[in-house]
Amino acid sequence: MSRPEITKAAVKAEAARLKALFEAQGALPVEMDILLPAEVLLDLYGEDIRARAYVTDDPEHGEMMLRPDFTVPMVQQHMSDGAEPARYTYAGEVFRKQEDMPSRASEYFQVGYEVFDGSDPAAADAEVFANFAEALAEHDLRAATGDIGILKAAVAGLNTTETRRAALLRHIWRPRRFRALMTRFSAAGTGLRQQNLDRVRANLKEGEAPFIGLRTQTEIDMRIKALEEDASAPPIPASEIELLEDILSLKETLPHVLSQLRDIAVDLPAISDAVNLLSRRTEALGKRGVDVENLVFEASYGRTSMEYYDGFVFGFYAEARPDLPPVATGGRYDALTAVLGQGRSIPAVGGVIRPNVLLSLKGGA
Amino acid sequence: MVVKLGVPSKGRLMDKTFEWFSERGVTLSRAGAEREYSGVVDGIEGVELVMLSASEIPRELAAGRIHMGVTGSDLVRDKLASWENKVYELAPMGFGHADLIIAVPKCWTDVDTLDDLDAAAAAFRARHGFRLRIATKYHHLIREYFKAHGVADYQLVDSQGATEGTVKNLTAEAIADITSTGETLRANHLKILNCDPVHRSQATLFKSRMAHWTDEDRATLAELCRMMGLDD
Repeated sequence: MSRPEITKAAVKAEAARLKALFEAQGALPVEMDILLPAEVLLDLYGEDIRARAYVTDDPEHGEMMLRPDFTVPMVQQHMSDGAEPARYTYAGEVFRKQEDMPSRASEYFQVGYEVFDGSDPAAADAEVFANFAEALAEHDLRAATGDIGILKAAVAGLNTTETRRAALLRHIWRPRRFRALMTRFSAAGTGLRQQNLDRVRANLKEGEAPFIGLRTQTEIDMRIKALEEDASAPPIPASEIELLEDILSLKETLPHVLSQLRDIAVDLPAISDAVNLLSRRTEALGKRGVDVENLVFEASYGRTSMEYYDGFVFGFYAEARPDLPPVATGGRYDALTAVLGQGRSIPAVGGVIRPNVLLSLKGGA
Repeated sequence: MVVKLGVPSKGRLMDKTFEWFSERGVTLSRAGAEREYSGVVDGIEGVELVMLSASEIPRELAAGRIHMGVTGSDLVRDKLASWENKVYELAPMGFGHADLIIAVPKCWTDVDTLDDLDAAAAAFRARHGFRLRIATKYHHLIREYFKAHGVADYQLVDSQGATEGTVKNLTAEAIADITSTGETLRANHLKILNCDPVHRSQATLFKSRMAHWTDEDRATLAELCRMMGLDD
């Protein structure tokens, strides 16, 4: 099958078409800079973004980054001069190094739709998903959904120390380390926790090493205290670990998932609010004409992507073209607005479509 | 055509490389004066010696400007994205051994493992308002290693030399660097984390997959490999 070359002009036209669709749904068109101060992005996303984004130097402004995504400048723009509620749409290039997949474009277009509206989060989630589903309706795509909020609620409801819950929450987005932590905090990890403490006590006996560096003795002492607490605290009950495992492995249509989560909530009441939100979102999706009976919900979806999606997450995939990146992705990122707003948080949900991927589907169809 | 062989242009690495080839019947030597960066190959026809800085050899291999090259396996893995697609390891050469390791201040009695480092980084970031800094020149390798092991809340700061001194100078909290004996680390009050090295490096003879290989070049390579008992 030969695929025609997709020109940049065609991608721009497709992006403009999608943006116009979102404008017709009431979104305000906005423009953002391409060259962004790197510091905020590096602090937010860490080294992962440095590996994937183009960083350059400006003699006056220091490290600058070619826009790796629209989320951060969008939130900043809204926080500095936006009124709520607000709906925005934008279209433009983003730049990503493709070290692992050199055949993918490192400069490509995204068209976004973002909602800053805290009045009814379930309705806002459904609105974004339904608008994307509608914009992509002519293509045969598989939709994936998930909800990081349910995982967070489940972890927050574990019957264990605050330190352990915080450690697990921090690593929700790193499944391998999350699993290692679960094992360490369970009955199977009791020996390991004692070993960790014994090892540190042996270090203490070994005698003084000269103090160097910025990390203080207080910080070291606090960590040792935490290890002592961890060694003596009872393990997380096996029954709760099992419930968490059950949640993590959920992958079924929405109605089935909802009924299973309601069962789990009997033993883990901490997830009740999050399950109710999922229920209201499902209802809102149905009202907007989304076929929720057949919509798949995967509890672990979105765990390995962006750390700042912390609620509803979704993606649209071309099943027949596994070589292509997802056609669209999005989700709720309240936590990101909290970090950028330095305490001031704005409920936010949105997503992006890649017009060039859509065009390759049209061309390859 | 002629097969271009890139070798380190000075120091112990050059001497050892010359020795390694001469033990296998190929004599490499500098041409002319001591300071002239060109060389002579005896013992096989059709091979030209190119004297380069060891740190530039990965780039030259990837660009296909040399057909073969001798450099550290650490440099190839750190400098070249998808290195396996660009070069092929003909032979580990058995010298220039060094481990890429992560080291923290010895006074950190609470940190011996990657788990510990990750926990310390989380608390450090919360307290100091920035990510725990790790000084290194091996950005790619360290980033991939931490990603694979789920270490978060750190940042890499570039250090091209005297990396062991950065902690004392307060420009980093920990380091990731190459060490063979650990002597410099100990002298700077650092200890190596108790985990597998990020990479065990040694001088390696690489073949470029990106260079243009004529039939004649391939025959030369086959002959060279036969002399050295290698698979080409």
